[in-house]
Amino acid sequence: MLKYTVKRILLAIVTILIISAITFFAMNAIPGGPFSKEKAPDPAVQAVLEARYNLDKPVGQQFILYMQNLLHGDFGVSLKTGREIATVISEKFAVSARLGGMAAGFAIIVGLVLGSIAALCRNHWPDRLIIFLTTLFVSVPSFILATMLLLIFALQLKWVGVFSTSNPNYVLPVISLMLYPMSYITRLTKSSMLDVLGQDYIRTARAKGVRESLIIFKHALRNALIPVITYVGPMIAGILTGSMVIETVFTIGGLGTEFVHSINNQDYPMIMATTIFLAVLMVVATLVSDLIYKLVDPKINFD
Amino acid sequence: MSTPLLQVKNLSTSFNVDSGEVRAVNGISFNLDKGKVLGIVGESGSGKSVTAYSIMRILVEPGKITGGQILFNGQDIVQFSKKQMREFRGKRISIIFQDPMTSLNPVYTIGNQLRECILLHTDRNREQANARALEMLQLVGVNEPEKRLKQYPHELSGGMRQRVMIAMALACEPDILIADEPTTALDVTIQAQILELMQELQKKLGMAIIMITHDLGVIADMCDEIIVMYAGRVCERGTADEIFYNPRHEYTKGLLRSIPRLDTNHARLIPIAGSPVDLTNMPKGCAFASRCDQCMKICLESLPEELQINDSHIASCWMNVKQVYMEAEKEGAV
Ligand SMILES: Nc1ncnc2c1ncn2[C@@H]1O[C@H](COP(=O)(O)OP(=O)(O)O)[C@@H](O)[C@H]1O
Ligand code: SF4
Ligand SMILES: [Mg+2]
Repeated sequence: MLKYTVKRILLAIVTILIISAITFFAMNAIPGGPFSKEKAPDPAVQAVLEARYNLDKPVGQQFILYMQNLLHGDFGVSLKTGREIATVISEKFAVSARLGGMAAGFAIIVGLVLGSIAALCRNHWPDRLIIFLTTLFVSVPSFILATMLLLIFALQLKWVGVFSTSNPNYVLPVISLMLYPMSYITRLTKSSMLDVLGQDYIRTARAKGVRESLIIFKHALRNALIPVITYVGPMIAGILTGSMVIETVFTIGGLGTEFVHSINNQDYPMIMATTIFLAVLMVVATLVSDLIYKLVDPKINFD
Repeated sequence: MSTPLLQVKNLSTSFNVDSGEVRAVNGISFNLDKGKVLGIVGESGSGKSVTAYSIMRILVEPGKITGGQILFNGQDIVQFSKKQMREFRGKRISIIFQDPMTSLNPVYTIGNQLRECILLHTDRNREQANARALEMLQLVGVNEPEKRLKQYPHELSGGMRQRVMIAMALACEPDILIADEPTTALDVTIQAQILELMQELQKKLGMAIIMITHDLGVIADMCDEIIVMYAGRVCERGTADEIFYNPRHEYTKGLLRSIPRLDTNHARLIPIAGSPVDLTNMPKGCAFASRCDQCMKICLESLPEELQINDSHIASCWMNVKQVYMEAEKEGAV
């Protein structure tokens, strides 16, 4: 287990290095630079700025310099706003994580419950209804769902306020963000549950005289969870790092929005920092979900 | 005569599927006395497992008992409520299954699964249940029982898992143990060990056993009585000696020809030709007719009558009736 974990962490570091390198060279390959869009900067000023941020050096050397700073915990400053990037990221991530955490939590709980219900009521109306709705949520793009929710519940019915920094109402953004993963988890849970309920050990449990509710919650659910966990790990990372679409529709200034802005502005250090941060988060979430997998399924032996 | 421990009367079980009603069990009857061993033999698909699951009432959709009674100490289990049934299963009658590799829950330890049924059916506390689990593992000959309690099913061999299944089934001292092909999935040497263990436990604990198999050879010297099943019906019933040395149903004879035997000098084994009958569309005569060498006109037209050959031996084959006629003819009675 320990050996496996260490191996996975080393692999993760390599992955992140590769992602960093690709991003770094790709963003430098795009024409233009952080200062080229400014209203005709004085060539002398631009030269000073570029020297200040090492932009006058060859790209390879720039990358090495950047990674060196990074190892010292220095993400640099935004070329656009001049703010410390570490501060910006932690600020924006707090918003995204809050939104994403709620969405992921609800998606998992509701998904597991609905999936189990659908499996147990197979071919009866609750199953049909659940499958109809989840198919809808999986197939309609989230920006359409989010816009519809906003139109209906905030603008027409006025049940909830529109999100604003002075009045942060997370209801609609959370719902918009959770619908897709929730639906996916529901369907995954249902098929996995149906598969498990047909297994021989369920028959054994029944033959022992175990009550039906315990058969489901003790004997079936834990087995049914195994395939769901593989999906949930990366999903949480994806959600936590902020859905750019949802953040844009609800004008929530989270990490997703920041990422998009940084690319538009060619704000090099900002692009690097957000990319690396997202990559680390993704890798960690996958690792954690693998370890949970091991806890749930004793057959998995990593070493 | 006292009432038998278990009386199955005219039991029928069907599966309603799209293509029609699969009549897996068609009115079978038998009795089982306390402490006796009853063998149920038949080819794969003859309704043995469905009979066992009907007795345990663990049939899954769309399986349904469509008629008959299952009397345990005179009480009809078919009429039991769900709650009554839960208290009954695992306590009065237990079952072990064909495939020990898949019959234990992979995510719980052996100890957890053993304790579960002990806690369900007795008023032992957790600690006592654990002690009982340990005692049962020792009884079924599992080595290093303390360690096994903490292990998961995948860490045990097939033979060990079947021993665990037996320990689990017997932990609450049931009156009847149903063994549904308990050795079919195991290696030959392990098969013999498991059968030996079951005989030993039967002597020690005195429970009755329903031993289900498709292999007559397996149960030859362990059963007090044997039922031969085909297409969800009982073809023949008798003591092991009667079935082996005086078979009175063409299907039983066919089964006997298909197993290796020491007492006759059959040069080779002859499997029964043809395939089992379509259970959704049963013929009106003998279900075995299409595969029977001795098939007569009457066999196609009406169900063979059950003929009592002696007190313990019955068979449902028109050949017996023909024989009776021929003997009577010889004596000039007809
Ligand atoms: N779940 C099911 N759905 C439909 N038919 C079934 C089902 N289970 C069993 N049957 C039918 O019942 C017949 C008897 O099955 P079974 O009792 O398992 O035979 P065996 O004697 O090999 O144990 C099978 O041939 C099959 O057609
Ligand atoms: S009744 Fe007829 S067809 Fe059926 S087994 Fe006997 S002889 Fe064969
Ligand atoms: Mg079977």
